[in-house]
Amino acid sequence: MVVVLASSLLVSGMAGGQARTLRVGFVSTLSGGGAALGQDVLDAFQLAVRHLGGRLGGLPVEVLTADDQLNPDVARAAVERFLRRDRVDLVTGIIFSNVLLAVGDLVFSSGVFYISPNAGPSEYAGEQCNLHFLNVAWQNDNMHEAMGHYATLKNYETAFILAPNYPAGRDALAGFKRFYKGRVVSEVYTRLGQLDYSAEIAQIRAARPRAVYAFYPGAMGVNFIKQYAEAGLMQQVQLLVPGFSADADVIRAVGKPMVGVFNSSHWALELFNPINRRFVEDFRRSYGRIPTLYAAQGYDTALAIDHGLRAVAGDLGRKAEFRKAILSGFDSTRGRVRFSKNGYPIQDYYLRQVVELPNGEIVNRLRGTIFRNHGDAYVEKCRLP
Amino acid sequence: MPVSLVLEQLLNGLQFGLMLFLLSAGLTLVLGMMDVVNLAQGSLYMLGAYFAATLAAATGSFWAGLVGAVLATALVALLLEASVLRRVYGADHLTQVLATFALILVFNEAVRALWGPQALLLSVPPELARPVTLLPGLSYSAYRLTVIGAGALLAVGMFLFIHRTRVGMWVRAGASNRRMAQAMGVPIRRVFTGVFVTGAALSAVAGALLGPIFAVQVGMGEDVLILAFVAIVIGGIGSVKGSLVGSLLVGVVDTAGRAFLPSAFGLLFAPEVASNLGPTVASVLIYLLMAVVLFVRPRGLFPVHG
Repeated sequence: MVVVLASSLLVSGMAGGQARTLRVGFVSTLSGGGAALGQDVLDAFQLAVRHLGGRLGGLPVEVLTADDQLNPDVARAAVERFLRRDRVDLVTGIIFSNVLLAVGDLVFSSGVFYISPNAGPSEYAGEQCNLHFLNVAWQNDNMHEAMGHYATLKNYETAFILAPNYPAGRDALAGFKRFYKGRVVSEVYTRLGQLDYSAEIAQIRAARPRAVYAFYPGAMGVNFIKQYAEAGLMQQVQLLVPGFSADADVIRAVGKPMVGVFNSSHWALELFNPINRRFVEDFRRSYGRIPTLYAAQGYDTALAIDHGLRAVAGDLGRKAEFRKAILSGFDSTRGRVRFSKNGYPIQDYYLRQVVELPNGEIVNRLRGTIFRNHGDAYVEKCRLP
Repeated sequence: MPVSLVLEQLLNGLQFGLMLFLLSAGLTLVLGMMDVVNLAQGSLYMLGAYFAATLAAATGSFWAGLVGAVLATALVALLLEASVLRRVYGADHLTQVLATFALILVFNEAVRALWGPQALLLSVPPELARPVTLLPGLSYSAYRLTVIGAGALLAVGMFLFIHRTRVGMWVRAGASNRRMAQAMGVPIRRVFTGVFVTGAALSAVAGALLGPIFAVQVGMGEDVLILAFVAIVIGGIGSVKGSLVGSLLVGVVDTAGRAFLPSAFGLLFAPEVASNLGPTVASVLIYLLMAVVLFVRPRGLFPVHG
């Protein structure tokens, strides 16, 4: 049922006409509860390509898209088709870590780069780090480490923590606990895709913690926060979430009950740099909605690829140089981003809070910086040079 | 363990179970009366939720959305029965499964084409978007209480209809022995059309009421369909009473499993083992329940066929 749409963005016949086309295989979650995330990454990626004149690193770009339906098997089939039939030069787009872990080996063993706009599993940061893998967003633990650190700074003595039962969920809570010095009263893992959290919310009420930390991406987050507010817990227990559970997509769906929620992020709407301003303005104009951090990551993915390709004059065969060019840093919507040797970023993490503006608009506002130049916990185990 | 926690989890289980009943009641009668396996029941539930979200957005009233969704879904069911299901009566189960599975695909793709792949927003009506204090220390979402009330009301209504009216008697006769009922002059075809449309309307109620709690999205029917099948198999195929008991069992056992198993395993095993085992066992608990029930009573708790 995977529909592969070949959307030829801009293949302009330049003088000479021999310019090779860069084929990008974009597999992402474009239906179901995670659809908003995949769509944001895809829309922003295409916006960046338009901003770069339809080219990445000087090459005309063709983006082939496939919906993974949040299903590792479907994703494998799509990636196999990209590699074997379409002979793509790069693969990107995956949102969920369990999907990425199912297709990573397939991509790497074909000698093709996977540039991750989101999923950042600990596996690929440590022992299984790979020359063909780069992540322009974060390592899965990072946002949660920032919130754990913030909870410690705020002296919340007890915390109730929850996540879906899948690799990124376990990474998330491990990250939170790494920097949280208080006592975790309960650590709950729910089924991935679960939509009713009444049982968990009742447990929270009974446990009476000082703070709740919940990692729920996509529709799961919308449901959890809505139900948390309906149960009247918002006024009783401070809710802490990672940035992606309090971004424009979740705010749109939940509305006013979200006001007051603290969250961590490596990006914010109002970050003051020319790239971000152009991105935010044009994204709103092109798609009629406020961009999320997923969108910022999609935009940055295209910028990173462009930066790397320029350094090798469009020749992806020069793999080590391509990788090195990106690792040494590129200019993104969050300023200059550098990387560790495992291909994960070293960057600042901010504190944001959902607030209601006088005009009734509900937005996520930058409140401060939690970490500066923060890397990941697994890089020591990576044996790449 | 505080009493209020147990009570709250019981309410959660009850709410889930009653909604499951609205779905499984139609399913069990269709299967029991006409021997038709209707996998598209989940699609009708999805349609109910989509109609409700669309109409609620258009009219600004959740309740108008609910009523409109029930009528619209019933109309779709009427057309579906006349166009597709009527052709597979008496066919073998494989044919029916193929035909109704195809319907799932058709409905999913149609919804994707009409409404787009992203989830729709259906909000709790504002007057119910608050907690209610039931006992000191036990507050519960007003909306979920309303859902429980609506589910209970419909269950009682169903029960009275099936056991206290002439048409209900025909339905029971049809479920227990279709040929004999037909021979005794029960207009089985028309009764069946009525049952199918009523079942679809109940599914739409469930879809519309659960829409604000769950997400209104493509494929939402399949998850819940599997649970509805578990419920009717536990209850005994063809029995409305069985489907009610089965649904409540599934609801309560599933909720209790998620709520209490992980902490129970925490007492028995090391934390890493417990945190892996707890959620895993909780998610298969209802299937274990079904296996145990089928082992003890192979025809379910309330067998119908003589």
